[in-house]
Parts: sequence; structure tokens; C-alpha cells
Amino acid sequence: MIATKTKDSPKALETVVIRFVGDSGDGMQLTGTQFSGTSALFGNDIATFPNYPSEIRAPQGSLYGVSGFQVHIGSVEISTPGDDLDLLVAMNPAGLKTNLQALKPGHTIIVDTDAFTKKNLEKAQYERNPLEDNSLENYRVIEVAMTSLTKGALKGVEGLDNKSITRSKNMFALGMVYWMYDRSTEHTISFFNKKFKNKPAIIEANTRVLNAGYNYANTLELIPNAYSISPAKMAPGTYRIIMGNTATAWGFLAAAEKSGMELFLGSYPITPATDILHELVKHKHFGVKAFQAEDEIAGISSAIGAAFAGNLAITTTSGPGLALKGEALGLAMMIELPLVVVNVQRGGPSTGLPTKTEQSDLLQALYGRNGESPVIVIAASTPANCFDFAYMAAKLTLEHMTPVVLLTDGYIANGSAPWKIQSVSEMPSIENRLVKEAREGWHPYDRDKDTLARNWAIPGMEGLSHRVGGLEKDRISGNVSYMPENHEYMTKIRAEKIQRVQHYIPELTPEFADSGALLVVGWGGTYGSLYSAVKELHDQGNHEIGLAHFNYINPLPKNTAAVLGRFKKILVCELNNGQFAKVLKMNFTNLDLVQFNKVQGLPFGNLELTEKCQQLLQ
Amino acid sequence: METTVEKKYTFKDFASDQEVRWCPGCDDYVILRAMQKALPEMGVRKEDVVFISGIGCSSRFPYYMDTYGMHSIHGRAPGIASGVKLANPDLSVWVITGDGDAMAIGGNHFIHALRRNIDLNIILFNNEIYGLTKGQFSPTSLVGQKTKSSPYGNTQPPFSAGELALGAQARFFARVGGNSPKEMAQLFIEAEGFKGTSLIEVLQNCVIFNDGCFSQYTDKKIRADQQLFLEHGKPMIFGKERDQGLVLNGLQLEVVTLGENGVSEADILVHDATEKDPTLHQMLVRLKAPIVTGIIRRCEDLTLEERDDELTVKIKANATFKQTDDLFFAGETYEVH
Repeated sequence: MIATKTKDSPKALETVVIRFVGDSGDGMQLTGTQFSGTSALFGNDIATFPNYPSEIRAPQGSLYGVSGFQVHIGSVEISTPGDDLDLLVAMNPAGLKTNLQALKPGHTIIVDTDAFTKKNLEKAQYERNPLEDNSLENYRVIEVAMTSLTKGALKGVEGLDNKSITRSKNMFALGMVYWMYDRSTEHTISFFNKKFKNKPAIIEANTRVLNAGYNYANTLELIPNAYSISPAKMAPGTYRIIMGNTATAWGFLAAAEKSGMELFLGSYPITPATDILHELVKHKHFGVKAFQAEDEIAGISSAIGAAFAGNLAITTTSGPGLALKGEALGLAMMIELPLVVVNVQRGGPSTGLPTKTEQSDLLQALYGRNGESPVIVIAASTPANCFDFAYMAAKLTLEHMTPVVLLTDGYIANGSAPWKIQSVSEMPSIENRLVKEAREGWHPYDRDKDTLARNWAIPGMEGLSHRVGGLEKDRISGNVSYMPENHEYMTKIRAEKIQRVQHYIPELTPEFADSGALLVVGWGGTYGSLYSAVKELHDQGNHEIGLAHFNYINPLPKNTAAVLGRFKKILVCELNNGQFAKVLKMNFTNLDLVQFNKVQGLPFGNLELTEKCQQLLQ
Repeated sequence: METTVEKKYTFKDFASDQEVRWCPGCDDYVILRAMQKALPEMGVRKEDVVFISGIGCSSRFPYYMDTYGMHSIHGRAPGIASGVKLANPDLSVWVITGDGDAMAIGGNHFIHALRRNIDLNIILFNNEIYGLTKGQFSPTSLVGQKTKSSPYGNTQPPFSAGELALGAQARFFARVGGNSPKEMAQLFIEAEGFKGTSLIEVLQNCVIFNDGCFSQYTDKKIRADQQLFLEHGKPMIFGKERDQGLVLNGLQLEVVTLGENGVSEADILVHDATEKDPTLHQMLVRLKAPIVTGIIRRCEDLTLEERDDELTVKIKANATFKQTDDLFFAGETYEVH
């Protein structure tokens, strides 16, 4: 039965945050994806984030086996998957227990009462049934016997086993939420028809249950249809919902096509980077060569080989894998070949928190190699702009002949958001450094006078045979050289080459204010959180607060010192112990930085950020 | 496919202008010369030849060849070479490695290269010692061997390169003494002609840290009696007088003398390098008296490139996406006006 403990006012809301939680086998990811897809089609801006256990099928009903999917929809611009929930859909007691703290007081919980059995309550370590002991009195609890209602809806459908019947109860929940938010079931039904093309019984079952959930919420009028989220104002164009890892993979596809080069991926599976491998192996028809190697080292080694032979070569990994690739990355830097290393950061150190997010590989990316071995380091900051920065990583590595480390993180890699589709024809041009023909007096380490990038002569080209290697080389011929002055010269020129990339990357553009009392500084995947927090303060009338978010870290944008210097206080926010703050302090002396660090495997929450900023604004 | 050309090079075309810096008397010079002599016979374009090495004495090799080359990092040459070959299957790609590089630090890459069967040629310089770091035991050093890191004798049992390779499904395995340049050059040519990963183990003497390690097999005075140079389709006969042969006695190989106890050439095992079952090849690889050289195993199989190409052709034929825009704009897109 429905127990209405508090009342929501039936006014139109600007944004809503919903989280679907259940067992890892309950289909919560599918439910969440369907809801976000439908909302995007409706014209909402959205951001999503899946939250799943590292165990593939953790014991049913257990606290650590809870799988969740959060979606944030809005009629206004959305920049994060949101933190405080407006609606929690809990398919079992464990899901309720582990997620309740995120729900705003007074807001709604939908539970499947059939799952609140003695056994499941024990597994969730509840001493008493929370539906009966008044512990939820600060929330509006909607109790639905979802499993029984699902079974009832499927009475008479032929060809279904018990498992398939109980499994479709997630669609009952989805149907209810569709009705609550005034969404059509059409998109999901057409999804069933496509997905289960050859299984008519499954299509029938899912459709019935979805409609049953929708009608249950509607005809019994148990839930006031209080919410309507109008379409958001977004730039005109063709959109699709994209996950960060897919966007990264597609950025490389676009770069390969634009540069006219074959794309080679050498990789070894690691969470949360593996989806990039999964995506790229699908595209053999574009000539993509995706090689799953025997380990992380062979992954990067094969990519170095492919780069030597003239492919656009990339390798993808996460923190521990970057550690293993360190020596080979140093080789690529030393022989000055183009190579992109994607590091989808996760909680560290060591195995750390594989499915959680963190920004703690920044210093590893910058310095995690022997010797003086600078590389270009850039970071994507939203699920959708993973596309742009993968593309940019490819452009920079090909044009500057030095490896690029592209940092993303578990939060933006697994999160999804609308992406305004970019045609390859609209992307900036990419000029590679391939030597077209042999010329008298040619040397492998001849450099472009502006970028200092060397030439790229590949095997198969007559008259250009040469040897490269990890040993120090003569500045011109590339032959092995142990000359002291030559080594210092080469060390400096390799560093200078990276520094000059400054002239080829955009300047830093602070948002909300160009100067003032407080500059919030961030980099990479925290952009959405920082943007929302600063925007909220700005909208409240705080016009002295600005946001400077970095995508280019080595080298830093040319005008960094100038931007930082225009604010009285600087707050550097990072999901680590202050690695970017260290970089800034090292580069710019006399900076008075305040750090705001969080290392919990979680993104920043809006409240903690706005409170910190307000404290500094006083 | 590799482009073949009429012979137009001499060994000098493959010698770089770099001074060779191995110790005087090292077998590495023999290998270098054999390679420079063999390459003009292979019918490959010089600019299609790539040498990839790891770290160690042997791995300086690419610097001395006037071809494309990379002196890479310790143990990783098979991975890099795999990338080169997959990126451009037209190239003739060679891996130069040693016993430490291939079987210690790079053991994983070595066995997986053999398993995958990419068309690479791997030359393993086995001298049963670490030379460049000045004399520590290697994964092929013998038990009891006194080295700088085993002053009281090595206690770690060795790998046999051949057994390891066959265990890892090597399709082509050959062995040759470091002082047999003619046979060596011939094996290099055979390896290049074989489609798939070819492994040639060279029993290479280190004059400084492990001098004479293979002399009981390779010494010119005795090698005819101590080495059985295998040839496909020919009886396994050896000896100065060509009077010794191998027969199978139960599950053991046995040396017999022709003409004694009624043994005739018809009783002697005939070498079949193409036999898919590796049992006899394993036994031959293990044999110590005599030691077996020549091509022990040569089994045609699809290469990884061929398997991948086959898939790619099918996938391309059925592809709905011709360019990335087709992919980006396909499926669930929506318009914002």
C-alpha cells in the first residue's frame, strides 16, 4: 500500500535526480539507460552515472552486490549526474539501505515490498523491517508489490519461465516512473522490438509489464502526476546520448579518418578502461586494428611498433596499467614517436577502488618514468568532450611527434550525456609528419623549426632506412651518442618541444568572472561538479567568483599565471591529495592556494563545494 | 604479402656505417655476417626489412644493419615487432633477442608471440649467461654453473629454449651452432620463407663470461660426431663416418651404429619437420648426445594476420558504416531545434 508521509508540491521542477537500485542481476543499468534515453528524446538535458559492484554477480541481496544507475534530467543545463536524490527506486532492502542517505528528506522512495522478506532483510543487515518501524517517516514511501504485480501481468503469456517473469519486474518500476514524469513508453517498447527481434515472448512480456507499471501508477491514481520536466534549452543540432568511453573511442576514429591514417590499438583489459577496447574492436570495417595483448606492457609495445610502422597508435589503460607501461612510454618519448596513452583513472593506489573514480594519477602521468621524460598531458572533463580530447590527443601526438597521455576518469568514462554530434568534416585538420620521399642530406632527427617535431620516416620507404632506440642519440644523425654535451642538448630539446605545444593549444578562459574575489580551479572530470557549484553561487548574486577549469596540463595554457593573478583567492579542487595544486605551486611561485581535496572514490557533492566557496568568500 | 624482388643486393648493402662493438671473437660477429649474407638471397626489398631488438649484447644488432631498426627495451621486442608487422604486413620483421631478454624479463611476450603465429622471425642468441651486465646466470645457465651472481654454483634449473618454444606451440623451430655460418645463413633464408613465427636458437659462445659453453657440441674437431644436423625427409644420420643414426626404442631415442647388429639405413628414423604432433620434435630437442641442429619443426598454419584478414574482409563486405559520420549519426539520435 501507499503510505504518503509528506507531500510534494505539484509544481513544475527544473531538474530531477533519480536513482534505480537493486541486485546486480536486477537490470538496473538497463532501466536507467532507458529512462535517460526517453528523457533525452523528450528534449531534456541529461547526465547519468552507473554505480555497480566490482563483483560480476555478487551474492543476491547482499549489501555489496547492489547495482545502481543514477540519472539527472532537466529543463535547464545539466552538468553532473546530480548528488541528492529526488526519487529512489529500491528493488530490495540492500538497495534501500545503501542508498537512502543520498535521498533528500521529504522525497520519494518506491520499493518492491515483495523483496522485503525475512531473508533479504537479514542479508541487508536490517534488524527490523524498515517499512514497518517508522524509520522512513521523513520520506514519502510508495510500497508496491512489484514482483506479484509483474507475475499477475504475465499470466497467460506463453513460453516464459519463472526466471524471465521475475526478471522483468524492473520494467514495472520503469513504467511507474514513466508515468510519474510524464514520459511515453514508446521509446522503450521500440527498443524491445529491436533487441529481442527473435524472441516474441520476451517482447510481449516486457511490453506488458512496462504498461502494467505505467497503468498501475496512472489508473489507480496512487501517485499524483506532480512532476513535469519541460525540454531544456540546448544548442540546435543532432544529438545522441554518449558514454565517455565511447566518446573517447569515437574521437580516435574521427582522428584516424581525418588524418587518413590507420588506427592501431594495443591494449589489455582493465577496469574502467576496457569499454574503449570493446568499442574499437567493433570497427574493423573502418580498418581499425585492435590488438588485445598478453599484458599492459605488450599493449603499449605493440602500439609503439605500429607507430614506428606508420599507424596512428594508441594504448588504453587505467592507473596500475599506466605504471606498467612507464618504461615503454619513456621509450616512445625518447625515440620521439607519436603515441596516445589513455588513462581512465580509478581509485588508487595499487588495486585501490577499481570501479570508483579518482584523479590521483596526475603526477604519475607527468613524472612516472625514469630520466627526464616529459610528455604532453591533457584531460577530458565531460563524457561528451572525451570525443574532443581524444581527437586533440591524436592531433597533438601526430603534429608534435611526442607521446600524449590523455586522462579521463571512471566518473566521466562511465557517465553519459547528450553529445551534439560532430561531423568529421567540421573537425580541425591533422597534419602528420610522414616523410614523403628520400632527399639528400635527410636525417631522422631533423626537426621542424617551430614545433621542434622530428620527421617520421616509416619502414617500406626507400632511402630512409634508419635506426632508433632507447639509447641517447646524436642530435642530427640519430646514431648512438654518449657525448655529454649532446645528451644535455637532447634533454633540453625534448623538454622545449613539449613547452612549445603552448602555442598550439587554446588559452585558459575563466567562466562566470574574469577577475574577482575567488577563483575555483579544477581539471579533468570534476568540471560538471565545479561548474554547477559556481553557477549556483553566481546565480545567487555572487559575481566575484570565477571558475578556471584545465584540460591542458603539460604544458599549461600560456595565460595561466595571468588568469590566476586576477583573483584574490584561489581554491584548487581535486579528487586526490592536491596533485594539481603541487603542479601550480611548482610553476608559479607566490601563489596563495587553498586546497579542497576529496579522496573517497566519489565525485564532489554540490553542497560541500558551495559551502567551501562561501566560507572563502566571507 | 611481402614484395619479392630479383636479387640485386650484396652483403655490403646491409652493413651500416656504425662501428661494431662486440668483444673480439664473439659469435655475434658470425651471426651478423650470416644475416648480411643471407638477406640478399631472400628476395625482399631492403627497405622492407626491419630489425627489432630488446636489451643485451645481442640487441645491439640493429645498429649494425643498414635497414630499418629499433633497439627497444628489455624483453619487449616481440611486442613491438608484432605491432610493426600488424601495422604493415608487407614488411619482413625480425626480432633479435638473447636468453635473458627472451626467456627471463621478456618470457611472457616470447611465449605469446609463438602462440599467436604472427609472421615474425626471431633469432635467439643463447649463450647461457648475462653478458652486458657482466656475467650473471641466465634462465638457460646450468645448475652448478659458477657466475658473478652464483659464486657457489647456480641453483636454478634452466629452461630449454626448444622445449619452451614447442610447449608454446612454435610452428617453426631451428637450432644452429654459433660457429656454423653457412648453415645459419641457410636457416635465416628458410625462416624468412616460412609464413608464421620462426624461431632460430643460435648456440652462441660468449668468449668473456661463458667461454666454451657449447664447445662439446660445436668444436670443429668433434662437431660431426656431436651434432645431428636434421634435414626434412632424410634419415637422422650423423658422425664423421656417417655411420651413427637415431632409432626409437620404446619412448626413448637411441643412437645406433649402422652396420652393427644388423642395423641398416632403413631402420633409422626419417625426419619429418612437418609432423603436427610435437612428441618426437620434443624428444629431439631434449637430446644431448648428439645435440640436434637444423630445422626441427616446420608446421604450416594460418598466421594471425591471415585469420584477422579473413574476418576483416567479411566484416567490410557486410559493413553498413563506410565512414565515421555514418556511425555517429546512426541509431538513436534526436534533433534539437
